[in-house]
Amino acid sequence: MSKRYLIISGLFVLTLAITIGSVSSCKKLMPDMIDPNFGVCGPVDDLTNSQTILFSRGNDQFFAIRDAATGLGPYFVSNSCGGCHSSDNRGHPFTILTRFGQTDSTGNKFLGQGGPQLGSSNLPGYTPEQIPAGAASSKFIAPITAGLGFLEAVPDTEIINMARRNANNPDGVRGHPNYSAVPSNIPPLYGSVPRADGKYICRFGRKASTYSLVQQVAAAYNHDMGITSDYMPINPYNYLDQTAPPASSPEVNNDDFNSVVFYVTCLQTPNQRNADDPTVKRGNALFVQIGCETCHKQTLKTGYSPIAALSNQTISPFTDLLVHDMGQALDDGYTEGDAKTSEWRTTPLWGLGLARNVQGGNIYLMHDGRAHSIQEAIKLHGGEAAASSARFSKLSTQEQNAVITFLNSL
Amino acid sequence: MKRYYCFPVLIVLLTSLSAGAQIDSSLLNGMAKTDTTRKKLSMDAIYDRPFLKMGKLPVAIGGYMEANWQYVGTSGISIGNQFQFRRFSLFAASSISNRIKFLSEIEYEDDPAGDPDEATEGGKFEVEYAAIDIELHPLLNLRGGMIVNPIGSFNENHDGPKWEFTDRPIAMTQMLPDTWSNPGFGAYGKEYSGHWMYGYEFYLSGGFNDSIIDNTQGRTFLPATKASTTRFTKSASGEPLYTAKISLGNDRIGELGLSYMGGVYNTWQIEGATVDDKRRVNVFDADFNTILPWTHTNIVTEWAYIAIDIPPNYPQSYGNRQFGGFIDVVQPVISGRMLGWQHATLNLALRGEYVDWNVGNFAATGTPMYNDLWSVMPAVSFRPTPQTVLRLNYRIQNQRDITGSTIGATIGQTRGISFGVSTYF
Repeated sequence: MSKRYLIISGLFVLTLAITIGSVSSCKKLMPDMIDPNFGVCGPVDDLTNSQTILFSRGNDQFFAIRDAATGLGPYFVSNSCGGCHSSDNRGHPFTILTRFGQTDSTGNKFLGQGGPQLGSSNLPGYTPEQIPAGAASSKFIAPITAGLGFLEAVPDTEIINMARRNANNPDGVRGHPNYSAVPSNIPPLYGSVPRADGKYICRFGRKASTYSLVQQVAAAYNHDMGITSDYMPINPYNYLDQTAPPASSPEVNNDDFNSVVFYVTCLQTPNQRNADDPTVKRGNALFVQIGCETCHKQTLKTGYSPIAALSNQTISPFTDLLVHDMGQALDDGYTEGDAKTSEWRTTPLWGLGLARNVQGGNIYLMHDGRAHSIQEAIKLHGGEAAASSARFSKLSTQEQNAVITFLNSL
Repeated sequence: MKRYYCFPVLIVLLTSLSAGAQIDSSLLNGMAKTDTTRKKLSMDAIYDRPFLKMGKLPVAIGGYMEANWQYVGTSGISIGNQFQFRRFSLFAASSISNRIKFLSEIEYEDDPAGDPDEATEGGKFEVEYAAIDIELHPLLNLRGGMIVNPIGSFNENHDGPKWEFTDRPIAMTQMLPDTWSNPGFGAYGKEYSGHWMYGYEFYLSGGFNDSIIDNTQGRTFLPATKASTTRFTKSASGEPLYTAKISLGNDRIGELGLSYMGGVYNTWQIEGATVDDKRRVNVFDADFNTILPWTHTNIVTEWAYIAIDIPPNYPQSYGNRQFGGFIDVVQPVISGRMLGWQHATLNLALRGEYVDWNVGNFAATGTPMYNDLWSVMPAVSFRPTPQTVLRLNYRIQNQRDITGSTIGATIGQTRGISFGVSTYF
């Protein structure tokens, strides 16, 4: 054996040994963790080990793809939670939802005709679902998932107080909670009490008509994927086709369901980036000065939560969880709960600057993605927000840019 | 340096170039011999393996196995050191008569459907190939049984010991199904003339099913059909899958293969009643391989385009067009006697890959659908003998979801290192 070959072979073995050893002990050959300032898919801090395991299971279920064999459809919008909430962020117009059938607080008159949501996709062989004649409708882009557990932990009293503070607002801001009937099998939230008519303050969804994350997850499985759970055991398709056999058992079992609820409850909040940048600070000040912060509340406090990491925290969601009259231009003629058709929940602005990451480098804002820039979204604010929108328009270009820079930092 | 063939299956049964398109049956009756020619095409790969004949047994047997260690991380998350036994394959061949041959291959594979989720449920033993070849003329051979559809070159030429990489090409395993075999019949033929080789294959076989657009991958995924337990006895569409390939080779230039596979994939009729339109899947594939004469650099590349008729009102995440492929460049750096082995080789290699699972734009916005990945994988391999390879690979991969996002546990940056061994026996 020549010395040359011996050296080369030795180098090969040495390289292999060093590689295996270094990879096991050194992370340099591996990609970095997702920067929590740019990703919103991590858990809140300080979860216990058992909570981390449950969060991980929920993560798997959140992104698990459903097919016909695992309950998908026959009508559906997407085949997984992650299909609409890419990277736990907001949705893309290609998975937009169409809600229909309700025009006032008396409820949805089209539940027997497939309401409240159109199954925009269907399994092969099924006739595509249509919006019934005469039903009002509106399109919704999926909102950001991150931080929802903190919003759930905001006490009803805090929401009521924010509404009361609007009473004499000179701009005419009159936001109010959306009270809705909650199915009896949805567990009550801590500290939540019904109004005299039995309706509860609700806070999730574009119309703030969903009470809790349990109800939200059950509705998402049911309406978005056509998957039944113990909380919503009837597939919407069964209302349309009474001959179709109902699912004999929930298509998502309770363990998986609960893990998804826990997962969305414990997702981190989006972090603000470049908070110390002078332009960001200037934009933040202008944001408050022109009145945006009246509804897009910069700071909220959570109350008690059975998950310690969510209890008594100060958060910056930029929402008041109230519904506001946004004017005629945004009145689609459709509503949910007690909200009027022109009323929309104040959208949390946290994570706004990350929207392009999940919208193909573009941006689709407002409830149906009609705004293709933040400026356009601001200009679409009417009704109670008209005064603030007008003040924004009167800012100098430099000042407007500062506001936009600030919003992009969220 | 001796002339080196980079995908060194150098034990060849096909030597009689003028006698016919089939292999020389006498070659099944002993230790395989080392090829000294390049008179072969990818279509020969199924028999282009080492076989061992023992005593007076009428059957020659062989096989290969693949095992590896790997450490892979995506977006900073890794499940650590993984030791994997990926495949164990046994093949047996016999010459029933001078111009009638039979070959079978039974394989254990840890991930038969190319589906990472399924891989966690354990591997499977499957009959990958079991077909009889009957030669009527060198240009007309009949083949029937469980055949490997000749779509591209990798599907026919996929044995682990032939490659310098522990992972199979993504496009050829997750976009196209790899080791894609079906019950079917057909014909093939080939001819050699001077430096030139020509070959064709044409088969009718069972095919795909509805799972290619209804699966837990959430995208159009042809390999999902492989999970069906009934596909060897029942065709979902009731219509044949057509597969055809033509190959043109020159022992100084290389080999070009053009192939097509297509047919109706869905269950469009139940008990005589039409329940859906007939929906077709069409696959077009081009492959090329060559050895550069001056440097002995081996280049293998294959690219495929898939067009699928997707039902209206179906999510766009199930793309109606897919495109992808790979290119391998393998450079022998030392060849000859090493550590006591007479025909050892040390190679440097590089693989480039790209797959677009959703070619086209969103209907809602007119903007591009992403859902793609690219990968570069440098490698070092050492072959103490042509039938055995030790290989060290480092994967650099970036993947985007359909929205273009790279933030997630399964998308974004992936880096992985693997060391594996694969050998014929």
